[in-house]
Amino acid sequence: MPLDLWIDKQTLFVKIQGELDHHTAEEIRNQIDFELDNNRVKNILFDFSGLSFMDSSGIGVLMGRYKKVTQRNGQAGIYHINPQVRRIFEISGLLRILKEFKSKEQALENM
Amino acid sequence: MEFRNEMNVEFISKSQNEAFARVVVAAFVAQLDPTIEEITDIKTAVSEAVTNAIIHGYEDNMGKVQIKCSIIGNKIEIEIADKGKGISDIEVAREPLYTSKPELERSGMGFTIMESFMDSVEIVSKLHNGTTIKMYKEIKSVG
Repeated sequence: MPLDLWIDKQTLFVKIQGELDHHTAEEIRNQIDFELDNNRVKNILFDFSGLSFMDSSGIGVLMGRYKKVTQRNGQAGIYHINPQVRRIFEISGLLRILKEFKSKEQALENM
Repeated sequence: MEFRNEMNVEFISKSQNEAFARVVVAAFVAQLDPTIEEITDIKTAVSEAVTNAIIHGYEDNMGKVQIKCSIIGNKIEIEIADKGKGISDIEVAREPLYTSKPELERSGMGFTIMESFMDSVEIVSKLHNGTTIKMYKEIKSVG
């Protein structure tokens, strides 16, 4: 599971390539948490442009990271959600807790 | 005569097989020429049911997950069965946000997603005997 992680202005960027299901969730969660625990990071921003599939396992991963950053007074955001993944977001109410942005630039300005 | 077709597939309860199950059902259903959205709905529902069988049905044990998929006219029936521990209270399990495994960051949205993405979902379960999920969907794009 290719996962790009980088930090810019106290924000951890997470770009997931491929599918986010129960099988891939653990590895993704571990890699994100390693960065959150070992760096000066306040916010987390998910770039979903490379995500081709997500089921409810992804909801758990996103909620868990949201809790982690809000505990340190940070915020969680997301950009480039495809239509399939958007439906999962709508059903689960994830967009009420994750801020959605049009682009990386808009996210960085507003977080 | 109405078009009919059927397939069966069985695999062990390893999480690697979640992606396999999605792809194999999608490939079978493709003969009805569904839209990408319909295919994605089916893949997502299959993923939820198979993940439930692996995580909840068998927990840390290995067992077999069986998928039976039928096409009758423009309707698809998908049956996903395990012989695991079963569900003690189906009504509670169906509730949005209910999960028996919050420590694993499970969202409790599996059944809600199956119900939203398929036309109907039936759950048959018996404690210590396993669970069978039956899901139905009509492919609207079939001419």
